[in-house]
Amino acid sequence: MNGLDPRQRTALRQQLENGLPLTARPWQTLAEQLGSSEAAVLEQARQWNDEGLFRRFGLVVHHRNLGFRANAMLVLDIPDHQVDAIGERLGRADGVNLCYQRPRRLPHWPFNLFCMVHGRERAAVQAHIAELLARHGLDQMPHRLLFSTRAFKQRGGRFTPSLPQETAHG
Amino acid sequence: MQLDDLSRRLIERYQHQLPICTDPWQAMADELGCSAAEVLDCLRRLDEQGALSRVGPVFEHSRAGASTLVALAVPQSRLEQVAELVNRYPEVNHNYLREHDYNLWFVLTGPDRQSLERCLEDIQQTTGLAPLDLPMRRAYRIDLGFSLEATP
Repeated sequence: MNGLDPRQRTALRQQLENGLPLTARPWQTLAEQLGSSEAAVLEQARQWNDEGLFRRFGLVVHHRNLGFRANAMLVLDIPDHQVDAIGERLGRADGVNLCYQRPRRLPHWPFNLFCMVHGRERAAVQAHIAELLARHGLDQMPHRLLFSTRAFKQRGGRFTPSLPQETAHG
Repeated sequence: MQLDDLSRRLIERYQHQLPICTDPWQAMADELGCSAAEVLDCLRRLDEQGALSRVGPVFEHSRAGASTLVALAVPQSRLEQVAELVNRYPEVNHNYLREHDYNLWFVLTGPDRQSLERCLEDIQQTTGLAPLDLPMRRAYRIDLGFSLEATP
């Protein structure tokens, strides 16, 4: 089987950042656009998947358009020596979709632990988070709830550098 | 939005581990007990309704390149203008208005950290606002999609 050349690999990554075409044979469609074969394209995608380049592969939904409009970012200021243990616990809690440690930026930003909680109703999300904080003994820790009130842009990341305008010699 | 039964099952089952094979819609249809045409029609409908961003990979940030979460404190009167400026950068995705003095929150992604720093500098110059740069230090739970059922 002929593999993809570096240029085709880069182009395939860019295609995949936009998602599979919703055609009867999506990988065949991608292969035609690349001037390659369906088998080679699939082989490359499976290899990337096996290597862990993909966090997941599947439907990526616009949660706001599905009715999940009460979306809160819970941020907490947790002492450094406790942040890993508390992050692990909150990361396993029901309704927490994402849980990350990020740096503080003092004096502007004192919070180092971030959790995303998505829901349909604002009051339900607030109640869920209050209960979550109480259950984990965190209600006295400094924290804020930042609901999102509008999406200006929602799409996947673009990681792949743009292809050079001209092909390298050789 | 009211979801039909097949839409719900597709969303519940295939936010991850969608089969990477020559005929993924057929493989999904076999598992869900319907036809490949019904799967594809359903995905197209979700796409047209704006419920679907795409079908494909969510890249592992640390392997695919670099990313960071950024916040700007934008005066209310400049919100539309600054949000639009920020949206123009190809590095920007997930740009949201949030209830805080730091009210504009977005994710930057790029091939490497250097490209993000250039973008941050550019945003600061263009908007006159100092961005908070909050790269991930550690993930305790990563994005695996979410449940239609177990969500408050």
